[in-house]
Amino acid sequence: MIRETIGMALILIGITFDFLGALGLLRLPDVYNRLQAATKCVTFGSAGILLGIFFIQGFNNFGFKVLLGIVFIFLTSPVAAHTIARAAHRTGVKLTPESVVDKYQEDKELKE
Amino acid sequence: MKTVRWLIGLVLIGAFMYGNFFIYDGHIDFKLINVLLFSALFILFRVIGGPTAADRIIAVDILGVLIIGLLALLGMYYNQSFFMDVGLIWALLSFVASLAFAKILEGRSLDD
Repeated sequence: MIRETIGMALILIGITFDFLGALGLLRLPDVYNRLQAATKCVTFGSAGILLGIFFIQGFNNFGFKVLLGIVFIFLTSPVAAHTIARAAHRTGVKLTPESVVDKYQEDKELKE
Repeated sequence: MKTVRWLIGLVLIGAFMYGNFFIYDGHIDFKLINVLLFSALFILFRVIGGPTAADRIIAVDILGVLIIGLLALLGMYYNQSFFMDVGLIWALLSFVASLAFAKILEGRSLDD
């Protein structure tokens, strides 16, 4: 009973984070800001849903598959996000005019 | 123009909430899946109308993460664990596709 309550609460939190991440992906003004909002979808959105399902199911085969999914998401998604951000900055996507600092550009100018 | 867009969004969200949560027919946990489908609609707007190519790559990557949570919820509802296999394979292919698209966007070849 307590286990199912904790699992259902984690699933609700995860669905809320997923919805807010999608809303940020739609509304924010810049590639980098959108990436910042969209990565929140991963670390507490879908991983929260999977963790809640693990709390509900316990240690059967569905639970182990869900744990494997959590580990896989946590390993791969930051790598993909970092690679996309670096490629976007190197192809010259402009920052939004309200932004105040660009450390990567300063570092590239310092090396030249 | 801004008022029209806000009005369209309010009508969409109002119709969604009325059809999903104010008409209660016994199982609330199946209707939670529709929130994730609504978020996927937001992400598809960003895929269609993104200004740069990096926006579309980010949106497709986050859509893959969202689909994993959706498949896990479906598997919990039908009490079948093979939905999670589909989710794991989807995550693997989405990761490889994001890395390949980022490399092509940066202008390098794939075996670099």
